[in-house]
Amino acid sequence: MARMAGETPLGPVPWPYPVEYGKTEYQDADVLVIGGGASGCFAAMGAAGRGARVIMWEKAATMTSGAMGSGCDHWEMAATNPCSRVTPEELADAMVRMHHGYNNGISHYIESREGYDRLLDLETYGAKIRDTGDEFRGADFRDDATKFMFAYDYVNRFTLRVWGTTFKRAMYRGAKIRKARVIDRTMGAGLLTEGGTIGGRVVGAVAINGRTGKFTVCRAKSVVFCMSRPTRLWLFAPGATGISEFRPPQCTGDGHAMAWRVGGQFTMLEKSLRGEWSGLRSFPPYSTGNNHNTWYACTMVDAAGRRIPWLDRDGRELTAVADRYRPGPGQKFYMKGGGEPDFPFYEFQGPETMAVEEAMKQGFKLPFYADLTDMPPLERKVIWGMMVGNEGKTRTPVYAAYNDAGFDPARDVLQSYGDGWRSGQFLPQERQFFGIPGGMVNDWRLMTNLEGLFAAGDVLFASDCVGHAAATGHYAGRHAAAYASAHGDVTVDDAQVASERARLYEPLQRTHGVSWQALAEAITRVMQNYCGAVKSDDLLHEGLRGIEELRANEARHLVARNPHDLLRAQETLNVLTNAELVIHSCLARQASSKQLQFQRLDYPEMDPPDWHKFVTVQRDATGVKVGALPIDYYGDFVTNYERHNADYIREQAAG
Amino acid sequence: MNTRVFAIADQAIVDPITIVPELCTGCNLCLHVCPVDLFLPNDDKGGPPHVLWPGECWYEGSCVDVCPEPGAIRLNRPPATRVNWKPRADLGPCGK
Repeated sequence: MARMAGETPLGPVPWPYPVEYGKTEYQDADVLVIGGGASGCFAAMGAAGRGARVIMWEKAATMTSGAMGSGCDHWEMAATNPCSRVTPEELADAMVRMHHGYNNGISHYIESREGYDRLLDLETYGAKIRDTGDEFRGADFRDDATKFMFAYDYVNRFTLRVWGTTFKRAMYRGAKIRKARVIDRTMGAGLLTEGGTIGGRVVGAVAINGRTGKFTVCRAKSVVFCMSRPTRLWLFAPGATGISEFRPPQCTGDGHAMAWRVGGQFTMLEKSLRGEWSGLRSFPPYSTGNNHNTWYACTMVDAAGRRIPWLDRDGRELTAVADRYRPGPGQKFYMKGGGEPDFPFYEFQGPETMAVEEAMKQGFKLPFYADLTDMPPLERKVIWGMMVGNEGKTRTPVYAAYNDAGFDPARDVLQSYGDGWRSGQFLPQERQFFGIPGGMVNDWRLMTNLEGLFAAGDVLFASDCVGHAAATGHYAGRHAAAYASAHGDVTVDDAQVASERARLYEPLQRTHGVSWQALAEAITRVMQNYCGAVKSDDLLHEGLRGIEELRANEARHLVARNPHDLLRAQETLNVLTNAELVIHSCLARQASSKQLQFQRLDYPEMDPPDWHKFVTVQRDATGVKVGALPIDYYGDFVTNYERHNADYIREQAAG
Repeated sequence: MNTRVFAIADQAIVDPITIVPELCTGCNLCLHVCPVDLFLPNDDKGGPPHVLWPGECWYEGSCVDVCPEPGAIRLNRPPATRVNWKPRADLGPCGK
């Protein structure tokens, strides 16, 4: 008899997929791409386009997975689109200066210079990037010749509004058309190095399948890391684990942990921000009344219906809606928000509503609401219809759900639940990686310190949105293919393969023990207690001890009853490793920094000049090695880009 | 190594997915696209998939988008995240 249809079964369910715990599959590739989100799909396309044999492993389902798998509503920094009035050099320079140097000049120059090319690729593979239906004809934000639509700064036109729900399918199609072999439900779980040594050249990787438990070994001449930034270090939501963080639950920063184990070099992981989203304590992103990001620049009103004033960067009130989308007097262009919300950067600061504290002083009454009824009809339609309808996290649960429940943007106002676009209150020690966090150090090929290992998207330090992921993915794929073609076949170390296999299957050795959820929760407790908003050597060393205790006890008793649990267990062990990596990163910077939101009790002076540099950490055979790179280590954008990309420049010029 | 392989539904405080058995054809498209793989196929061919790990849902709705049968699958937002709206006219006359 069938169990209760379509519901959660009450008892144990026999495993419906073939169980392949004992099996090892060997694969060979020129370029192995790990992670099939935006950066992974483009890495596969970039490498395969150079003639490389490409295999791509994706932990979830490539058609929908990754941080933007279900959609996105805008594409930033497309400086080379025909309507843009800024150059890639101006944009990359602005991004670096807005963050006082703590940014990835290489990856953001690539984003600014090549991001638009990737949009055109997407269009080739069936994505919608223009208003082909003329729905928005006559709008201020539309260019009638190209039918492109723009967000934020309508004068300078470098951020495009896009129909992002069509994007992931187009990326998947592109990877397949370029003949990359795409393998879903397969989690890249460990790197293989020449001779099995820490710091050795990367010659492949191992994976486990989340449905069958099969162990796979891929021998590859080069590997491109396209996974997420670390998550769940400080925040975990028991009972609703899927929404523990802003990024999807399968994005756990596996690449950071894999690289750290074999000597990968990292920077800026000491930077973390106070949490904004987790579990049921906050509302889903962009689902409440606000005026940022997807909702920029919506009118906000108070409980009595009074408009909260919009101000330019000099505090002058902007009366016309159109003025919210223009640079201020004497300003060439503005960036979204002008930096991180806590540190507005005057030169690039855009229009913003009056600060909440000031509004309260002036007698505005809570709660506030987003008032789309006040917006010109095409502005209203582009926010509620197009943007909310294409942002992955809002299309079904917000746009469709609110419409079904009777929300009418021409009649109704939507309540706001916090300051700006925040919709929950978190404690200072409840932190998140957001707003260009740390990651792997890269050179101008996007190669890491490990020979043969390339990185893109969220694996890179100072990563950002989908345009950055796509542009760096394609670029890393091209350079990984060039590296592979210059090198012969590789040999993997059998002892390393055997030890990885034993490590990955370890949670299958018992029928009772610690659940991955219990370990996940315990990790956040250690991080909140010892690596929270304020840090010191004593606290951080105590944190390392806490992580070691979890590794020696709970981690050794993790239990997995099936391949799905095994995947979750391995993700959680990666989170544990990432916690260790982050604590070492915090120990390495012996100075406080405002821009890095990094406060040391034992080194209270903010931003001493000697410490204005990238501090790096990596493992070697003897322990953890701390180093430094000059804040401008990547040199001149144009000279270095052109030196490394003559072939691409030639191809683009030839059309 | 574990030789008896089975799954037990997780202890979620959310109920993200409703499948209407009368409308579902058991095509399993939702199961193929779910990024967190929270469904398991029904052991009755043609039966609706089981929601095994509801707590892992990210609420992005790929399962709803891909479903060929209108109304067969629904995404339920947790009640704690229900958002308030009202007619603009109810706020009072001033401000314009």
